[in-house]
This record gives sequence, structure tokens and C-alpha cells, in this order.
Amino acid sequence: MPSKQTLIDAKGFARTVNRLAHEIIERNKGAETIGIVGIRTRGDYLAHRIAHKISLMENISVPIGSLDITLYRDDLRGKINQPQLKTTDILYDVHGKNIILVDDVLFTGRTVRSALNALMDIGRPASIQLAVFVDRGHRQLPIKADFIGKSIPTSFNQQVQVLMTEIDGEDAVCLLQEGGND
Amino acid sequence: MSEKILLQQGRLIDPKTNRDDIVDILVVNGTIESIKQSISPQNDYKVVNLKNKIVAPGFIDIHVHLREPGYEHKETIETGTRSAAYGGFTAVCCMPNTNPAIDDESLVTFVQMQAKRVNGGIVDVFPIASVSKGREGKTLAPIAELVGAGAVGLSDDGAPVFDAKVMRRALEYAKMYNVPVMQHCEIPELAHGGVMNEGKVSTELGLPGIPCVAEEIMIARDLILAAYTHSRYHVCHMSTAYSVELVRQGKEDGVQVTCEVTPHHFTVTDEIVRSYDTNTKMNPPLRTQEDIDAIKEGLKDGTIDVIATDHAPHSLDEKEVDYIQAPFGIVGLETAIGLTITELVDQNFLTLTQMIEKLSTNPRRIIGKEIEVKEGERANFTFFDPVLEWKVETAAFKSKSKNSPFNGRVLRGKAIGIFNNGTLLLY
Amino acid sequence: MGLKSRHLLGLQDIPKEDIQLILDTAVSFKEIINRPIKKVPTLQGKTIVNLFFENSTRTRTSFELAERRLSADVVSFATSTSSVTKGETLKDTARNIEAMKIDMVVLRHNAAGSAHFLSRIIDANIINAGDGQHEHPTQGLLDMYSLREKFGRLEGLHICIVGDILHSRVARSNIFGLQTMGAKVSVCGPATLLPRDVEKLGVDVYYHLDDVLPKVDALNVLRIQLEREAGGYFPTLREFHRFFGVTKERLDKIGKPIAILHPGPINRDVELSADVADGPNSLILEQVQNGVAIRMAILYLLGTQN
Repeated sequence: MPSKQTLIDAKGFARTVNRLAHEIIERNKGAETIGIVGIRTRGDYLAHRIAHKISLMENISVPIGSLDITLYRDDLRGKINQPQLKTTDILYDVHGKNIILVDDVLFTGRTVRSALNALMDIGRPASIQLAVFVDRGHRQLPIKADFIGKSIPTSFNQQVQVLMTEIDGEDAVCLLQEGGND
Repeated sequence: MSEKILLQQGRLIDPKTNRDDIVDILVVNGTIESIKQSISPQNDYKVVNLKNKIVAPGFIDIHVHLREPGYEHKETIETGTRSAAYGGFTAVCCMPNTNPAIDDESLVTFVQMQAKRVNGGIVDVFPIASVSKGREGKTLAPIAELVGAGAVGLSDDGAPVFDAKVMRRALEYAKMYNVPVMQHCEIPELAHGGVMNEGKVSTELGLPGIPCVAEEIMIARDLILAAYTHSRYHVCHMSTAYSVELVRQGKEDGVQVTCEVTPHHFTVTDEIVRSYDTNTKMNPPLRTQEDIDAIKEGLKDGTIDVIATDHAPHSLDEKEVDYIQAPFGIVGLETAIGLTITELVDQNFLTLTQMIEKLSTNPRRIIGKEIEVKEGERANFTFFDPVLEWKVETAAFKSKSKNSPFNGRVLRGKAIGIFNNGTLLLY
Repeated sequence: MGLKSRHLLGLQDIPKEDIQLILDTAVSFKEIINRPIKKVPTLQGKTIVNLFFENSTRTRTSFELAERRLSADVVSFATSTSSVTKGETLKDTARNIEAMKIDMVVLRHNAAGSAHFLSRIIDANIINAGDGQHEHPTQGLLDMYSLREKFGRLEGLHICIVGDILHSRVARSNIFGLQTMGAKVSVCGPATLLPRDVEKLGVDVYYHLDDVLPKVDALNVLRIQLEREAGGYFPTLREFHRFFGVTKERLDKIGKPIAILHPGPINRDVELSADVADGPNSLILEQVQNGVAIRMAILYLLGTQN
């Protein structure tokens, strides 16, 4: 049995979302120019949380969309199970926008690489900024996040789980001893 | 010095002499010296133990394509008769769809000479000559000369004698020499372009079908002609339920009709074409379960006289193409006994005696090459084990070609040897 | 997850879950082909050969587009079967393909079973793009996709296939696929162009178009090969059009909209009148667009299998 350690509880989770929203507004001098894109599946839920916060704070509606990166993955053939292909659902024009790309865990950087390629195929944003809930290190590509919920130093074999009410019934961040994020 | 062979304790079944008992048979220089309950072996006897084995009058397959001359890459008289010998046949009739077709007495002679030269002449080859010149169905081949040279039957097999006028004349002409006209029954316009049985499976597979009526209509026509001309008519490789019924009716009406079926037509249906395996492509095509049931019934009640294989070798290259391009036909000599026992004897459609009638007595009578197992006659035997289970491996076939849909199938019953023309062959 | 087979040879033996998966996956690709950049890198490094022994500009173009939009390397190889011994060509070509280390083969051939044949002798994934009168599975799938998009479901729909069923691979793929998905299928055409025992496939058979029209949600109108008249399957094209042609006049009598599909190319005013082909209930252009999405889905699902 892998041992499981809770690093962020529900309260801490809400605070972190709040802080990320604040930092995004600050960096972009408001929310007029931004669009939010979440990477399916958990990044998508996080994106909605952050967008909601920003909307409340700035009193405007922030455009939001979801990105499925399956077709851009570099490990499709290595997978034992073929991943279910979901739709990319970005109904607004990304052209000229400052896009906030949201994911739950930043690890090797490969997911973000795929997401960047996917985004560029959809249009030409003014900029892309990366927001992640957890940065656990071990990058394999030259990628860094602009907004980080929490940096958690890990060993390669550990696993970081971002749990969300929408999927898991609770908000929390946990560290698992065995296995690894992909 | 004489060769004395003692065949010990085999079960001798000879429908012609009405025998079915366990005996010792002493053969001296290829001739049956004595048949007794028990013969004491002497020092100079070669003793063959046949306990629990069947000794039958030599089997004959009256529908074989030996392919020589012209298609020696598929089969030769040498490889074809070896295949026959190892399938348990002491004689075969070869069909004339060679190149050139056997429509001339020199070719009839050639085939017989070649047969005597190969494999020590252990398998008799009785040629069937073509009905029409070049098998074109237009004008009669020199039937009197062909029969004179040794032809035992007439057929344009591979193609029908489709012109009713030519068929009428062939029947009349053949009657003078007491040989049967053996018809490949198929109305060309109805079968045109077809590659399998027409029905649900062909509809699903999108393969052009050969309707059952293509066969049945020609049988009906020929039966009427045979009755009208008082001639002998033989239906080759019959495949449908209604064909069986037509022949049954013909026999009741006194028509001089005989017929044969192949082992594959009483074993497998068109369902196996679903694999698109070209070894399931033959003409007539594999039909349906109702057809198989009718054929088995016809075998049982005697409507069907003969089991013949339609042994049709094709090279791997010829068969390894898409289904529509592939040639018709499968090899059959080496699986005939196994399929007959597995499908008919074990399933109580035929007794061993009836099986031997259909593989020896009846076909020999039809072509006039009858034999009897009795003292003073030449030894002409097929030995088989009726319960031996074995797995078909086409790679091990003696035939030059391996085109069989039965590869890997487990069968019960197998020939273990033959004795003919003074030669004993035990495998 | 993933398709159960390595090949797409036909719809007859494909389980419902697999058809569902292909249709669902195609939804994602339809989104992609409506983007400004209609290309994803998914099949980078894969080589696909389009082996067309029969002329078919439409199907080949659709496949090529799908392959290129998935970033595969594409070789198209069109050859006529008439010039050489047909079977030999397929086998020899197959062996050559083996030697060239190709990953997938899209095969169009005039012999039923040719895709099965190819799948037995080479290692690549085989996609049947039409084999003789047998199947045309990608057409069947794109027809089903178009119907599902229009009606939101396939289960319980009643579709009638009209025209030359005997020679049609599209008809067979539609019958097998739609039945698996729970739709009811009927066929309507001259008796000479209905294959033997077709009712044993579980379809209702109609000889009169007006009898079936009130009962259906959609018609899949097949292309009638003009040479069938010379082949004696029906007396004249004029008579065919009068009795089996799908016209506005006929449809108007029904009093409810019936969706119209056609695999193309259309013989206008033979099997389908122009005003119906271009009318509001025609899904014909949708079919073309959906064809690319469906083919991308299949290429993706087969090309990224483990």
C-alpha cells in the first residue's frame, strides 16, 4: 500500500485558488485582455475556479475554454491504454489575447509542451502564461510556470494528487509514496 | 522365387461377394491363393498383422484431376497417383481437362503408359476422355476410338456439355460403347461470374453467387435426355438438395442414372467461405446445411452411388490471390476416407459395407472395372483403420498441391496401406 | 479503451462499443477540421499508403486529407487492375509494401475480400476503403455519423436504402453497422438488383418506394451504375427513375421531412432529383465533411494502438 500524506487541505486549497487569481489580475493589470484555458481534465476544473474568482473580483466575465491535448502527446504509442479523446472546447477567439493556461501539476513539462502546440494551432494569442496548482520539479523540457500554487519538492517515484470536489468529492493535495505522475 | 504375403486377421468386407468376416488371406505373387479363418504362417511368408483393421476391395476415385499433360506445376500423374496410393485408392479415373484435352486416343494411351511407369504402377489410372473435341461442347470427340484406347467414361468436366443437341448425340453415341456420359452440371448463363453458393452468405460477403438452380436445371434436362435416348448418364459432384431429389425421381422412373458426391459437399457449408480462404472455393460451390442433410440422406438411401473427391490440385501461387481471382478446386484424395468415416460412418448414415460400396463396388461397376475378393483373383485391396484419429496436415500431403480447407482438422479413420498389381504398400 | 481489431475490414463483425468509440472520436476531429489550422501532429512519423486499384477520387481525397491532417507521411498509389493479372498485383504490391516498412494501408480493390486477403499476408494495419461488392466501412460509418448528428441517436431510427443493393458495398456496410447500433433498415429497389436472401439479413424488402417512404426517417439513395441498364438488370434508366427515383414530388406527398443521404457522385435526376439533392433535408455535403472526420478518427484509433 502506498502511504498518503495530505499537504493542502480544503481551506488551504481555496486560499491557493484565491492567490492565483490575484496574481493573474496583478500581472495582467486587470482581466480585460485575458482568456483562460484549462488542460483536461483537472486543469479544466481549476481553470473554472480561477475564472470564477477573477470574475467576482473584477466584475467581468472571463472567457474560458478547455483543451484536450491527446492528439499532441509524444507518448501515445507507449500507453498501454489508448486515452479517450475528448473535444477541445474553446469558443472564443484566442487571437491577441493573453492566455492563461491552467494545469493541476507541473512535472516533466511534456503536457505543457503539447498544450502549447495545441493552442498555437487554434490561433495566435498575444502571450501564453502558465498557471499550475503544484510544481513538483523534475522538468525534462525548458518550461517554467508563471503562477505557482505551491512548489512541492518530490522524488521521481512519488506521486502528487490534486483532488477536486467535482471529481473526487473533496479539495486537497496529497503526496503518494509510490508510482509517479505521467 | 515367389513372394508370399499373409494378411492376418483383418476384417474383410466385400459387398460384391457379401463377405464380412475376420480372415487370413494368403497372396502369392500378387494373386489371392487362399482366404481362410486361419492360415499358419510359414517361414517364407511375409506376415502383415491387420488386427482391428478393415480389408476392402481396392478403392477407386472416379473423379480426379491429374493435370498431366499441361499443368504439371499443379500435379503430375506421378504425384497424383502417389497421393491416391497414400489416400487408400488403388485406382483413379482422371478427368480430361488437361492441355491438350484428352480428346484423342494418343492422349488416352499416354496417360495409361505414364501411369504404369510411375510408382511401380501400383495405382491403376483409367482415363475419362472428353465428350467434345477440345472440350468445347460443339462437336463430338472420337468416342469409339477413345473407348478403344481405354477411356472408361466421357466428360467435359470443368465445363458442362451445355448444348442440348450435342448432349443428346453424346448420350446416343456413348450408348453403343456402354460408357457413361459424366456431366458437370451447370447452366453457364446462370452460374456466370459466380464464385460461391448464392444465398445469405454470398449476400453478406458481396461475392457473386452460383445459384443452386444452375445445377438442378441441367440435371433435369439431362435426365429427360437420358430417358429419351435410353443411355447411361452420370451426374458428377452433385451438390444440392433438389439435385438429389431429381436423381431419386429419375431412378424411380427407370432412367439409367448414377451420381457422385464429394466429401467436402457432405462436410462443410458456405459458412466457411466467410474467411475468404481461397481453399474454400470450388465448383460446384459449398452449399447449405439443408443440402448436406439431403446429400447424407441420399447416400443412406442409395440415391447417391459414389463418393468421389474431385481432387483438383492448384499451386500455392494460383490460390494465394483474392477470392474472385482464385481458381476453383481442392485436393481430396488424402482426406476422403477420413471425412467419409467421420461424417458418414460415425454419424450412422453409412455402414462400413455401404461406405465400401460407394468407394469401390459402385464406382467400379459404373466404369466397368469390377473386382472380387476371392481365390484366384489378383489382390487389389485397400486397408484402413476405421477408428484411428489423426490431424490433417496439408504440408505432409503427397500431392504436389496443398490446397485443402481441412488443414488442422481432426478426422477419424485413415488408410494404412494398399495392395495392387503385385505391390504391397504400407505407410 | 481502444478498438478490438487491428484492422478495419468491414462493419459486420465490429462490436457496438467500437462503432460508438469511432463515432465519438470523430466528434473531436470534426471540431479540429473546423479550426483555422486543421492539423494535429498525432501520426507524425507514421507512413500510410493509399492503395487504390480502383478509381475513386472522392474516397482517396478524403483519406488523404484525413491522413495529412494527422501529420502522417502519405504515399498514394493508384493503379488499374485491368492492365495486369489482378491477384498477382495485389500480392506483389503487398510484399513490396512490407519491405518498405509501411505502417498502415488504405485499400480500395474491386474484389470482395481483398482487404481480408491483404490483412493475412502483411503486418500493417489495413483499412478497407471498399472491396468489390462487399463492404465500404468508412462510408457506412460516416453515414451513421451524419444520421446521429442529425437525429441525436441511431437507435430506433428507420433508414431505407434505395436502388442497386446487389452491387453495393455501401448498402452492406450500412445494413451491418446500423443494425448493430439498433436502427431498423429496409431496402427498396428492383427485384433484379436485390441480392438473394437479403431479407435474411434482417431487413424489410420493398419493391415500391411509395410504400416505404411514410415509414422512414431517412433514405440512403445509392448511385445507380449506368451500365446496369446494358447488363439487363432493368429495362431503361427512364423507367428506373420513374419508379425508384427519389423526387421532391414523391417526398412532398409524405408530409414529414425525410433526411436524404447519398454516397456520391450523384446521377442527378436518375436516382435522385436535383431539387432533393440540394434541398433542405439533404445531408449530402455534411456526409463529405463528416467523411474526413470519421477517417481521421479511424486512423487515429488504429494508428495509436499499442
